[in-house]
Parts: sequence; C-alpha cells; structure tokens
Amino acid sequence: MADPMKIRATLQGDVADVRVLMAHPMETGTRKQAGKVVPLHFIQNISATLNGKTVFSADISQAISRNPVFAFKVKGAKAGDKIAITWKDNTGDTRTDETTVRGGS
Amino acid sequence: MIQTRRTITLGLVAALGAVLLKPVRALAAWNDGAFKARSTMDGMKALGISNPQDSSDIVIRAPEIAENGAVVPIDVTSNIPGTTRISVFIEKNPFPYTGSFEFAAGAVPFVHLRAKIGESTPVRVVVAAGGKFYTTAKDVKVTIGGCGG
Repeated sequence: MADPMKIRATLQGDVADVRVLMAHPMETGTRKQAGKVVPLHFIQNISATLNGKTVFSADISQAISRNPVFAFKVKGAKAGDKIAITWKDNTGDTRTDETTVRGGS
Repeated sequence: MIQTRRTITLGLVAALGAVLLKPVRALAAWNDGAFKARSTMDGMKALGISNPQDSSDIVIRAPEIAENGAVVPIDVTSNIPGTTRISVFIEKNPFPYTGSFEFAAGAVPFVHLRAKIGESTPVRVVVAAGGKFYTTAKDVKVTIGGCGG
C-alpha cells in the first residue's frame, strides 16, 4: 500500500482551495537504474469528491512529475465539508484519503 | 513534421480507436490511443478534439525558463464560460498528451500540475466548453531535461 496523500483544503471566501501531494514514483518506463530499465509505473486516474459528489477528475500520463502535486478549486464549499481524493495507477494499486475543509485564515 | 509510416499507422490506430470508443462520458475509460500518440495532432484526434480555436481566455502560467525539467509547475485557468475539461499537451515530449482534467458541480476551471519536460517546448492547452474546443500555448525553455538523464 502506498503512503498516504497529504491534502489541504482551505476556504477563500466560498471557494475551497485544495492542494494534494501524492507519494508515487511516476516511472516513465525509460529511466535506467544499474543498466536495467525501470518499468512504467504511474498514476492514471484521479478523482476528487466534495461530500461524496465528484467535482474534479483527471486522467494523467507518466509525464507528471514524481510525487505528483495538484491543486484545484471548488466553489460553494463550507468549512467542515469533506474532500476525498482517490488515485489509481497502471498496476491497479489505488489509494483514497480524506480531509475536512478548513476556514480561511 | 516528418510523416513516417509508423506515425501514420499510429495516427490511424488512434483515429480508429476514437471512432470505436466514442465515449459516453469523456473520461470514463483510459484513452490509450491519446496517451500513446507521438504527436499533439494525433493525441487531439484520439481525444476527439477538432478545430480548436485560438483563445486569449485561457491563461497558462508556467516558467519561461525551467531550470529543472523534472518538475515544471504549470497553472492553467480557463475564463471561458461552461468549461468542462482542460487537456494539456507538452508538444516535444515523447508522448505529448499529459492529461485531462474535468470539472463538475462547482469546481472552478483551474488546475495546477507539475510535469516532466524533456526539452524546450510549447505547452499547449485545449479547453472543452459547450461542445467546442479552444486552445492556446506557451513556450517553456528547459535547461536540464526531465526525461532520462
């Protein structure tokens, strides 16, 4: 099982600013280590829900950097709302983490 | 662009895939053809993107000179009403199609991502809004490549 994501969701007015850091090698399948090609291993799908409703989803390639960082914004969110993010990689590995929207500072 | 037999075949396969897999929902299935396309054009074809119009309502924020091609931050904002999807192509990467981001139920058409860029290249963004496509591009210079090395 992969390491947990770090998710932060902060309110700015009625827009939740969501930032996520995923722990993943994102191997391109072209890099060599000790003369051997490291096989393709990368996150393919991401989806995010606000209180169970999908708000953001993505299909990505191996060109996304190692330990991917994404940010997106959701309008109409309130403090205490639940944001859940799921990723799935090309080996079928998957991980879901959740956080609560925090009021702006 | 040099059209080798291989790119033509790939293009055909991609186009055929796009026809056969005409999706019910755009991101329902992993679009293998688009992700394996070797050129931006073929990638767009596989995604069913046709005749994108140049638009100044798409804002790409990326460094003009990226010192480290392994991690290049890219911010994309679409000011086009009804934006449902943002697709990113890094034109000179081996596989230009980098990803698509879909917005629903109140999500603001903005995304921040970090990508690997092999060499100096235009970064092209295509926005889908109301069944139409809009595009813009921004050049990013890379001093150290992010692929292999």
